[in-house]
Amino acid sequence: MSDTQTWSRTSKAVQIGTGRDRSGAISFPIYPSATYAHPAPGQSTGYDYTRSGNPTRQVLEEALAELEGGARGLAFASGMAALTTLLLHFSSGNHLVVSQDLYGGTYRILDQVFSKFAISVSYVDSTSLSQVAEAIRPETKALLIETPGNPLLGISDLKALGDLCRRHKLLFIVDNTFSTPILQRPLEFGADVVVHSATKYLGGHSDLCAGALITRDKALGEQLYFLQNSTGGILPPQDCWLLIRSLKTLSLRVQRHCQSAATIARWLVSHPRVTSVYYPGLKDHPGHALAKEQSDNFGGMLSFRVNSPELAHRALGRIELISFAESLGGVETLMTLPAVQTHADIPAAERARLGIDETLLRLSVGLEDPEDLIADLEQALTGH
Amino acid sequence: MAEHNYRIATRLVHQKQDRDPHTGASTVPIYQASTYHHPKGEAGEFDYARSGNPSRRQVEEAVALLEGARFGFACSSGMAATGTALSLLRSGDHLIAPLDLYGGSYRYLRQILPEQGIEVSYVDMTDLALIEAAVTEKTRGIFIETPSNPSFLISDLRDIVTLAKQHGLLTLLDNTFMTPLLQRPIELGIDLVIHSATKFLGGHSDLLAGVVVTDNDELSARLRRFHNGFGAVLAPFDCFLLSRGLKTLKLRLDAAQQSAQILAERLQQHPCVARVLYPGLDDFAQKELHFSQASGAGAVLSFEVKDKNQVPALLKKIKLPIIAPSLGGVETILTHCWSMSHAAMPADFKLKLGITEGLLRISTGIEDVEDLWEDLQQALV
Repeated sequence: MSDTQTWSRTSKAVQIGTGRDRSGAISFPIYPSATYAHPAPGQSTGYDYTRSGNPTRQVLEEALAELEGGARGLAFASGMAALTTLLLHFSSGNHLVVSQDLYGGTYRILDQVFSKFAISVSYVDSTSLSQVAEAIRPETKALLIETPGNPLLGISDLKALGDLCRRHKLLFIVDNTFSTPILQRPLEFGADVVVHSATKYLGGHSDLCAGALITRDKALGEQLYFLQNSTGGILPPQDCWLLIRSLKTLSLRVQRHCQSAATIARWLVSHPRVTSVYYPGLKDHPGHALAKEQSDNFGGMLSFRVNSPELAHRALGRIELISFAESLGGVETLMTLPAVQTHADIPAAERARLGIDETLLRLSVGLEDPEDLIADLEQALTGH
Repeated sequence: MAEHNYRIATRLVHQKQDRDPHTGASTVPIYQASTYHHPKGEAGEFDYARSGNPSRRQVEEAVALLEGARFGFACSSGMAATGTALSLLRSGDHLIAPLDLYGGSYRYLRQILPEQGIEVSYVDMTDLALIEAAVTEKTRGIFIETPSNPSFLISDLRDIVTLAKQHGLLTLLDNTFMTPLLQRPIELGIDLVIHSATKFLGGHSDLLAGVVVTDNDELSARLRRFHNGFGAVLAPFDCFLLSRGLKTLKLRLDAAQQSAQILAERLQQHPCVARVLYPGLDDFAQKELHFSQASGAGAVLSFEVKDKNQVPALLKKIKLPIIAPSLGGVETILTHCWSMSHAAMPADFKLKLGITEGLLRISTGIEDVEDLWEDLQQALV
């Protein structure tokens, strides 16, 4: 890429890797090589060993940093590998404040793995600034949030939380998986690190597992790179290439996901068997105004509540076009029952308190024609 | 996917087989196996990967479905697909082809078919009388590209199909420029559709592929014989990539077509530009005919600069588009047809077709159209 500064994110994403290879290849090559020949003792071409650095991964990591507006991007074998590497940045005795409305896997690793290293966690409703502030202790080192939250799509105030973190010298970590940098760039609001499960929208085709960390400043980027290289949860070259390929259509995909989700959310609102719809694009969503302020659109995720757990189970059995599957952000529409699937690791009492019960269904709206999706939902919700 | 009359965006995402029956996987696995176990000594649905494999079946069915046909044959390149389709001809046969044929097809028809004892007449396909005049006792087929590349001549598909039926001729159409989203020739009676799936269908400039589609049982049986016998089949990993490309085809093509329309209109007003060829322009001579058989103008346009000496500077100054042959990628591709896509064609032939040294072809990608326009403007000064 040359002279990219003025190009829009859409154009930059399309051009990832083009012109970088000396052969002129439009699609940047996959370098499967595990190791690299040294020109002489003590000399390096810039690449020594693929865990430490790989040309294909480098193109991807630089692109991720550019899209998020960060200084450094790091690619991992999964979203959890990215998050785990980031959590290794903390030490025994550290305390973290974490939003309660979060992915079950994040909860699981904090609760069952990092607790062993004496890293303690307080779970708070991060849509409430006062709750976050009250949870901060002297040993608190970081705030980790997801916004929109999962699965209830609560919106946390990125700017206010960023200011709070700066005052208390906390590392501000935002999981931007739901929004992607096309819609929301947390680093612009004071976040220090952005986390992605790139398996979702960034990958977008439900055919690769990947994760990413993007830091605002270089120094933290170097520290996290040290951990990436030392622990080795890197994204393999073939998947780096596939993810680069995916990023080229990210902007188009995300725009369509947003349009279709808005259409379906409005349709669900008027459905007699649906009791509530959680979508930040709906005017009566409590985070609507805030979402509008800090994001360019409202995303492709929504949750809704039906009038009985039996109906939720029946609907999952009846959907034909929509798949009953975990994950999200793919070209295909996926529906899941968070209480039983994605959030099963959160204790039942906690789930109940959060409102994640068996009437709640989560929908990741894909790229199918929204009329076909509505027809499928209609037959699933009204049929027997 | 269950049998439903789903809309096009849905069919692209789910294709014909959208879930692996064994595991529920959302993507059909990449079956790298070269051969298949014969339980109890009997072959199952698949026996050897060249003859067929689940990854290839997925994409062959998907493209056939989009074209409104039953049979698809995925080949290792667009030219392998063209060669496979032309395998239906035999020594002594005669073929009618357009004057302004894609350079690679031209080379095949000019240099390979005669070796096989097949003669070709090159005709202006916009004139039905000329096509009819070229029909001899030996004529077996008519090869069509519409719009033609890069001169954007439109052939009347309905008229040509009628003529072909009167004379018992096969009709073969290269639908690469339009894709089945914009033009479905089989519904108009064309026998065989050929794609360079390297272009819009694959869409990411990162695979070579071709597909031949037909809805005719007898032709399908003969194509299958050649496809398997000759073996220029699409490899499983590329089948996966092609199938993945199809999932975003509508998004990509809609966005690229919209940008092509905007660029065509703006280029037309530009002082350095002599003419713009694009079916979406109001003054496009064959606009009505094109839109009687296609639902969109596509994402490729040609334009001629007034001063051909401007071309080298323009190619040097332009930053965003890739300068290369090929088209249909997410990246905008600028082609100097004279020296790239049509390099294989003699100069006098090119000039006769209006492929001058000042002619440039743009295949619009999915970048922001304002970024593209700014770049073109600075390069055209």
